[in-house]
Amino acid sequence: MNSHDSLAVKAIIRRHKRWDVIFALLGLMALAVGILTLAALFVDMAVAGIPRLNADFFTSFPSRRSAQAGILSAWVGSILVMLVTAVVAVPVGIAGAVYLEEYARRNVLTSIIEINITNLAGVPSIIYGLLALGLFVYTFGLGQSILTAGLTLALLILPIVITTTRESLRAIPQYIREGAYACGASRWQVVRQHLLPYSTPGILTGVIIGLSRAIGETAPIITIGALTFIAFLPPMPFSGDPPAGLFEWLSSPFTVMPIQIFNWTSRPDPAFHQNAAAASFILVFMTLAMNGLAIWLRYRLRKNIKW
Amino acid sequence: MPSTITLPEPPPVLKAQSNNLDFYYGSFKALKGISMPVYANRVTALIGPSGCGKSTFLRCFNRMHDLYPGHRYDGTISLFPDGVNILDKQVDPIEVRMRISMVFQKPNPFPKSIFENVAYGLRVRGESSRSFLEDKVEAALRGAALWGEVKDRLRDLAVNLSGGQQQRLCIARALATDPEIVLFDEPTSALDPIATGSIEELIGEIKHKVTVLIVTHNMQQAARVSDFTAYMYLGDLIEYGETKEIFMKPKRKETEDYITGRFG
Repeated sequence: MNSHDSLAVKAIIRRHKRWDVIFALLGLMALAVGILTLAALFVDMAVAGIPRLNADFFTSFPSRRSAQAGILSAWVGSILVMLVTAVVAVPVGIAGAVYLEEYARRNVLTSIIEINITNLAGVPSIIYGLLALGLFVYTFGLGQSILTAGLTLALLILPIVITTTRESLRAIPQYIREGAYACGASRWQVVRQHLLPYSTPGILTGVIIGLSRAIGETAPIITIGALTFIAFLPPMPFSGDPPAGLFEWLSSPFTVMPIQIFNWTSRPDPAFHQNAAAASFILVFMTLAMNGLAIWLRYRLRKNIKW
Repeated sequence: MPSTITLPEPPPVLKAQSNNLDFYYGSFKALKGISMPVYANRVTALIGPSGCGKSTFLRCFNRMHDLYPGHRYDGTISLFPDGVNILDKQVDPIEVRMRISMVFQKPNPFPKSIFENVAYGLRVRGESSRSFLEDKVEAALRGAALWGEVKDRLRDLAVNLSGGQQQRLCIARALATDPEIVLFDEPTSALDPIATGSIEELIGEIKHKVTVLIVTHNMQQAARVSDFTAYMYLGDLIEYGETKEIFMKPKRKETEDYITGRFG
């Protein structure tokens, strides 16, 4: 190789390295666009809404007077609905995923079920609202209640829970399963003593991501009839005389955060718009906090699971 | 100083016998008419080139194939002294696995503590008494020559042990339930030579308590460790005999070609 060749090779390498840098910059710019847009939105909402935040805002009911209006019924409603959603979606989703991954045979029927679950994740949320209206509100007679809202949102996030659970189960290597079976474990023992504990970080992440999506869903909740002006709180869960009194809260009318925000945004008074900005800030903060919790939990739990 | 007196070994007693065993993965016939004894308290090695069916044959002994669809056993493996055919559909694979345990090629400790790993086989059987488990775990870890190294850190995660220690942990896990046979599927192929040496030494010791059936890719290991050897090729059992005979005076030319390295 003479000196002329090595100069040509150096030029080629320099050109390739230039493309490396260009691509890295393009990627960075794309990332920046996404993050800066989100940050700008968040900051805009924060600047508009934070001045309105005080203790009264969290503890007051909505009112015709903007200065006295608060989100008490909205955030309590959101939390209660999330509670029902989680209690329904988590066991059903995990059980479904475990069945599909560990028990079901690989045949046409299972493939159809899998395709359907993936499709359900893409169904517009208003369709879930219409389904819930017909099925839960009228056919089952559950009324326009927290229970109905929780069931509807549970159906909505079920595909997320099932899919993340399946992915977590699949991440467990086959040789761990074989080791457990070789010790004389039954399939249920392998699931309960190995597979579920090892996939807990993934499952938890999926559940929290599902819930943080559900907390912002408006269309299905409106469809099933969440009210927009609630000046009372649903009864405390599990208060009241047993047995029926424990579940009174489930059949109560209610409202949730997105609906309260929507209601305030559609009023002409700009003071209500500030209320809406403040409530939106809270809602986004709750969503970010839930996602942050998911990431932290995943980090903490994943530390002990290695293979 | 009196020299050590080695007593002659008692004559071998039959622990298991495979009779005309065929095995199918779907329509592919992986094992063809394997008939072979496994003697109690001896080490029997299965050797042969890749794809010859030695791991397939080994995994018949603890019904591992039952975990995957499309398997079919044809023929019997009888376990003595009761003479039950462990391949029979009526026989629960879990019962078989409680009498015959396995050590895998890649050390596969569970992501749990060292104690929980070794105790797992006992927990699966419903044992929960703390003192009982502690005694059994200590005995198993001593049997696997690991007790000294881990006795102060039984609560530590097993996956933080070195490769050789992890494999000895898996052996302890296999021994904790007092099995009749321990199956080894190429147990040292993922380990360095020093760890390999300690595992081989261990196998030589545990054979006094259990029967060992070991698959190995390494002929020299089979010669070092085993009392009986079976040479397999493409699903057939070509030759079986005492290790000394197989390696010094093989009866079949195919065996001799493999042993001398002319083939495989």
